[in-house]
Amino acid sequence: MAELIIPAIVSCIVAFFTVYLATPPLIKFLQKRNLAVKDMNKKDHVMVVRPGGPSIIAGIVTSELVLYGFFQINEILAIIITSFIAFVIGYVDDRKIMGGWFKPVALVIASTPIIFLGTYDSNLTFPLFGTVQIPALYLGLIIFMIPITGNTINSIDVLNGVASGFMIIASFSLSIALFILQNYEIAIISLPLGFVSLAFYKYHKIPSKIFPGDSGALTLGAMYGAIAIVGHVEIIAAIALLPAIINSFLFLSSMKRIVEHRQIKGKPVDHTEDFKLKATNDKTAPITLVRLILTGGPLSEKQVGCEIFKLAIFSGILAIITAFMMRVLI
Amino acid sequence: MKIGLFGFLFVMWILILAGGGILVTILGPFSISGYGDFDLLLTSILKAIIAIILVIVWILILSKLKNWIFKKEIKS
Repeated sequence: MAELIIPAIVSCIVAFFTVYLATPPLIKFLQKRNLAVKDMNKKDHVMVVRPGGPSIIAGIVTSELVLYGFFQINEILAIIITSFIAFVIGYVDDRKIMGGWFKPVALVIASTPIIFLGTYDSNLTFPLFGTVQIPALYLGLIIFMIPITGNTINSIDVLNGVASGFMIIASFSLSIALFILQNYEIAIISLPLGFVSLAFYKYHKIPSKIFPGDSGALTLGAMYGAIAIVGHVEIIAAIALLPAIINSFLFLSSMKRIVEHRQIKGKPVDHTEDFKLKATNDKTAPITLVRLILTGGPLSEKQVGCEIFKLAIFSGILAIITAFMMRVLI
Repeated sequence: MKIGLFGFLFVMWILILAGGGILVTILGPFSISGYGDFDLLLTSILKAIIAIILVIVWILILSKLKNWIFKKEIKS
């Protein structure tokens, strides 16, 4: 255990400072190239640059390579390659408008390194009841898991700071769960995700200086999914991600199909005169987590973000409780 | 509203735990024999089908639950 402390500290420092130091020059570069979009939730005409994916992937790759220097295990390579493929897919979508099916289908490719490097265990472990061996189904689970986690994080990236803030809470909950389950190596491998998100949050929090874009959100989500598989904590990871899963579930069950946000005509959320967010009565608009939070009355963007973080903390606590329950068999 | 969302999260968590119990206790010991080399493949495929059905049932329950919990909020 003691020999793991130094790699853990070094990789976390590298993860945090790579993103912390790489993001300001990236913001300047994107400003020069005029790669900015309008922040729809600001009263004034505020333009925010995107994508922040390049600094996020830089933080992930460098910190995981540092860890690979300490432990030469395929799990680290699987996480790096999966995250990088997800970044490339997101970057293509950032630069060129693709159809609604592009990201879910393309992210299947991102899951293949986990299969080819054999960094999975086909036993699915449940709390209280133990494990079930499902070899054929588990391969399907891997193929679906990366597109689901990637797109789920992407779908919650709707307000300033929400995707990165949510990822901080979910990833640290997952790391705590891995420590509880005494899966120390994967717990340490998972820590850079939280620190990368934390460093990016500094620039993404309200008022955002940069948006992660598809490349950033898909990278964070894909890495989270890859950690869940190689760490054999799929169920715990799903529980920590529940608010974002609810968002995707509500969206899909109201729209009845996979569709890009820009293709939706109805507005789920509108603005009051003082530019607070309010839920609309538009029946053609999708039901989303933000729309449900706003049914209690108009809230500022910051207040909605806080409500989402409260839900994320609640799910994180449930995930940690589940980790303790994994150690109990009935 | 806030309680509704927290309640929905909690019910999702309970359903995941219960679904895990069903998978392990019913699906875990399940096996097909008498087909030689195909035993493992057939068992695996059948387990996969049952698991997918369970997931569909889980989604349907959640969908009903969502409508029940949020009916008033969505209408308002």
